[in-house]
Amino acid sequence: MTPVRISFSSLREGHPYEYLVRFALGGAATVLTGLISSRYGPSIGGLFLALPAIFCASATLIEKHEIRRKRKAGLPGRRRGQEAAALDAAGAALGAWGMLAFAFVFCAIVETSISAAFVAASLAWLVVSMAAWYARQLHLRL
Amino acid sequence: MTEYVVRFFLGGIVVSAFAMIGDILRPKSFAGLFGAAPSVAFATLSIAVYRHGAGYAALQSGAMMAGAIALAVYSMTVCQLLIRARATALPATLISLVVWLIVAFGLLAIFGAGT
Repeated sequence: MTPVRISFSSLREGHPYEYLVRFALGGAATVLTGLISSRYGPSIGGLFLALPAIFCASATLIEKHEIRRKRKAGLPGRRRGQEAAALDAAGAALGAWGMLAFAFVFCAIVETSISAAFVAASLAWLVVSMAAWYARQLHLRL
Repeated sequence: MTEYVVRFFLGGIVVSAFAMIGDILRPKSFAGLFGAAPSVAFATLSIAVYRHGAGYAALQSGAMMAGAIALAVYSMTVCQLLIRARATALPATLISLVVWLIVAFGLLAIFGAGT
C-alpha cells in the first residue's frame, strides 16, 4: 500500500497569486451560500455547502504543476498533468463520502449540542474519508 | 454587509487551510480527500448557528447530504473526463458542474432536505 507522507516541496512550486485565487474562491463560495440561503431558504442553501467551488482551481493547479515539473525534465507532461488531476478527483470522490458523514452527524446532533456537533461531524468526516481511501487502496492491491 | 465580509474572510481562510493541507500530502489520491473537505460548510454552519440557531443549521446540513452525494458523482465524472475523454482540468471541472447541479437538485426534489 502506498504510504501517506508529507512533502513541503509543492508549496514552493506555487505562486502567491494561486493561493490568492483559492482564498478568493473559498470566500466567494461562502458568501454565495449565504446569499442563496437568504434568498431561497436553508434547504437550497445547504446544497451549496458541498459545491466543488475550489475544485476547478485546485485541479487546474495540480495539472499545471505536473506539466511544469515534466517540462523541466524535457518531457511534454500534458498526459501526466491530466493523470495527476484525475488522481486528485478520484480522492475527492472518496472524500465526498466523508462529507456525507459530516452532514449526517452534524444534522443529527446540532440541535442537542452545537459544539459536540462540530467535533463529532469533523471526526466522522476524517474517519469515513480515510476508511474509504484505505479500502480503495486494499481493493487496488487485490 | 458586515456579515458577508466576515463570511468572505472566514470562508477564504478555512478553504485555503484545507487546500494547503491537501498540497503537502502524498499520494495525490489521498490529498484529494482534502479537496472534498467540508471547508465551506465549517464557515457557513458556524455563521448559521450564530445568526439563525441550531434548527436552521440542521436544515442546511440535511440538504448538504444531497450536495455531498452530488459531489461524489461530480468527482467521478471529472476523473472519467480527464482519463477517458482526455480533457484538460479546467473544462473537465467546469462541464461537470452541470452534473453536480442535476444530481444535487434531483436528490433534493426526490428526498427533501433530509436526504
